[in-house]
Amino acid sequence: MLIDVLKAFLALGIMGLIFGVALSIAGNVFYVQEDKRKEKVLAILPGANCGGCGYAGCSNYADAVIAGEAPCNKCLAAKSEGAAAIAELLGVDSVSVKPMVAHIRCHGSHEFANKKYIYYGMNDCLAASRLLGGYMTCQYGCLGFGNCVKKCPENAISIRNGVAVVDRDACIGCGLCLKACPKGVIELIPFDGAVFVDCSNKDRGSRTREACNIGCIGCKICEKSCPEGAIHLEGNVSLIDYEKCTGCGICAQNCPRKIIELN
Amino acid sequence: MQEYNIGTILAFAINAILIENIVLTQFMGCCPFFGVSKNSDTALGMGMAVTFIMGLSSIVTYGIYQLVLVPLKLEYLETIAFILVIASLVQLVEMALKKLVPALYNALGIYLPLITTNCAVLGICLTNIQNGYDFLSSFLSSIFTAIGFTLAIWIFSIVRTRMEETCDIPKAFQGFPIALITAALLSFGFMGFNGLTL
Repeated sequence: MLIDVLKAFLALGIMGLIFGVALSIAGNVFYVQEDKRKEKVLAILPGANCGGCGYAGCSNYADAVIAGEAPCNKCLAAKSEGAAAIAELLGVDSVSVKPMVAHIRCHGSHEFANKKYIYYGMNDCLAASRLLGGYMTCQYGCLGFGNCVKKCPENAISIRNGVAVVDRDACIGCGLCLKACPKGVIELIPFDGAVFVDCSNKDRGSRTREACNIGCIGCKICEKSCPEGAIHLEGNVSLIDYEKCTGCGICAQNCPRKIIELN
Repeated sequence: MQEYNIGTILAFAINAILIENIVLTQFMGCCPFFGVSKNSDTALGMGMAVTFIMGLSSIVTYGIYQLVLVPLKLEYLETIAFILVIASLVQLVEMALKKLVPALYNALGIYLPLITTNCAVLGICLTNIQNGYDFLSSFLSSIFTAIGFTLAIWIFSIVRTRMEETCDIPKAFQGFPIALITAALLSFGFMGFNGLTL
């Protein structure tokens, strides 16, 4: 009886001991030297793994930066301070980051935009856009099923009254929502950009009027009134050149449809 | 399984993958089944990791059982001994992969620690012993069972993504409740394979 207990005890004990010793030996044999700087770089990076830098995640980007394959300003979320901190850590030249923010070029919520038909189906922008380009009369507007909301790593986008809205303070400018949107209605703009256009309708004015009460009709008033020549019509919709824009806000005041928004 | 030919191996495979599917008819390994089935990529990754570990651990536990426990007449310790063996094995494999095959480590890495104490892995090792399988049968049974697991988790992940992204689920059922109901229905489906005679 006692022998049996002892035998079981010894057998398991010895087995455990052997495995333990084997594991500790293996731990030494298979020890992988991790660059100590990686931990510090990872501490600077936001850790959201958004992939906005073009790498699979923060860890991969840290590897690439340390190996010198990537510049230190690829992370939009870490902003210039992050890039400077990484540059200092690795002893390379600092490059500043131009912080970007996602902007939805559509304000066509339910009260403004007209509908082609009543849609019953999958709650998915891509699925909805495959049916005659979506249920909105406007072919270019936000469908409001929130494919961008699902992709956003920072929960910075919400749907309000059928249109996606970006929380500018939460947005890190990774650009994942741009790829998620089947309508291409999202753009990345500089965070300090003073004015932005809230419409992407490329139809002529008369058709835009039929589709939406607040669509860009391509009247060119903004283009003519801009003292810097920073705003131009491209495909019947205004486009701002943020390099030239001084943020005077004249375009926003003059826009007859009130779709140029002042920051 | 005494003699090996294509017929018996195929019958063995169908039995392990469909009729006695480890998750949907034996209800083992439900933890990863619900935990990592939110999208089909992670589900396949988990399935691959489980296949890898099940194959390896069936070999090692067979060895431990036949060479250590049987000679010492300690067969009743199989459960606790196997837990010890599998946990150490997964640790060892993880370390070895990290050093030797970084690509495989990156693919399986995050799933490996999750299955150190997975009941499906332990369960299949114990079942192999209970059924009195020889070495090759144990190995094949583990691999086929793991393929069954992969199949189940993969199907489930696809159903789940499709359902959660596109259906209007009542608030009370969102998340786990609807996942459990879906798994139950899927399990009903797999129970239909019970009628197969091989």
